[in-house]
Amino acid sequence: MRYIEPHAHMVSRVTDDYERMALAGCEAVCEPAFWAGFDRTSPAGFFDYFSQLTEHEPKRAAKFGLKHFCWLCINSKEAEDVKLAEEVIALVPQFLDRPNVLGIGEIGLNKNSRNELRVFELQVELAARHNQLILVHTPHLEDKLKGTHLILDALKNDRRIRPERVIIDHVEEHTVEMVLDAGMWAGMTLYPETKCTPARAIDILETYGRERLWLNSACDWGVSDPLAVPKTALEMKKRGHVAATVDQVIFQNPKKFLSQSRNFKL
Amino acid sequence: MTRQQVLDLYFLDARHKLVELAAFLDRVERASGKDDFRLQAFRMALAGLNNRKRNKAKNTLLAFSDPTRPPISQATTKAACGAYPGRLNRVRPPSKRK
Repeated sequence: MRYIEPHAHMVSRVTDDYERMALAGCEAVCEPAFWAGFDRTSPAGFFDYFSQLTEHEPKRAAKFGLKHFCWLCINSKEAEDVKLAEEVIALVPQFLDRPNVLGIGEIGLNKNSRNELRVFELQVELAARHNQLILVHTPHLEDKLKGTHLILDALKNDRRIRPERVIIDHVEEHTVEMVLDAGMWAGMTLYPETKCTPARAIDILETYGRERLWLNSACDWGVSDPLAVPKTALEMKKRGHVAATVDQVIFQNPKKFLSQSRNFKL
Repeated sequence: MTRQQVLDLYFLDARHKLVELAAFLDRVERASGKDDFRLQAFRMALAGLNNRKRNKAKNTLLAFSDPTRPPISQATTKAACGAYPGRLNRVRPPSKRK
């Protein structure tokens, strides 16, 4: 079995996780920029983080034969401070030419506030100006439905954004249909307690088809499982899905979307 | 998969989760105090499960969701609590809907 982990926060994981993922068949790991669990106090903190994602982390992954790619942005949890966000966004372009950068992400909303939406729109503008792919984080729990509506509305309002170059992540049963209907890709995150379980993710695949869907672990510093994708592949096999179907979902689909970036090479 | 195959693969797991739900309700009802908006949303979602209609997972998630559309003026917390506090003023339980 081979797979691509399209969303993992490896800076928060121990090196043993890289080894376990490689042993499970992982060929590439993609790391969106996100919240560190605490608010950074200056743009310099983000500069160092972007350097970590583009310089240090690829070397750590390479020790286990894994390709490492990343996405850059300021995340929605730190977007209430618009001035800080603008300063961080101004840092991003100097990193976009680095060889493992895939695009702008994970941008999005957290509590669906006006400032979060303003910062989201600024980063959509950044992606459009630099012709970058977009990876979008949708809010948690009770905020996901409203946030997904706001995000889709903002993306549809910008005619420069091609929907097939956008992935809306963390979809669940109540948001997946509107994302696919908008022509965008949808990511299902496999978490033990929130988002999707393996069984529910496969239900969604069986209900909505597998053309523009991918699976990810989004493993980070919280309760999460870096092997969630291969475990879901095993669950698919238990349900009788053939190897080619599993390969499409966990390898071909992320490869197809990510290959729209000239930097994504396996 | 056939219905029999689905039951063979998932029944025990679903039974386990149902008993956990029942025990949770026993636990919270044994405790002093009143329901809050989370438990009220929980009971509303639960009421929507005992029928033959499809999309139960989707409808359960919708029962906990913020149904409003305009962005809020300011984020005063980063956390989500699992249920929308304002929902009970806006949405009636399924049994009372026309």
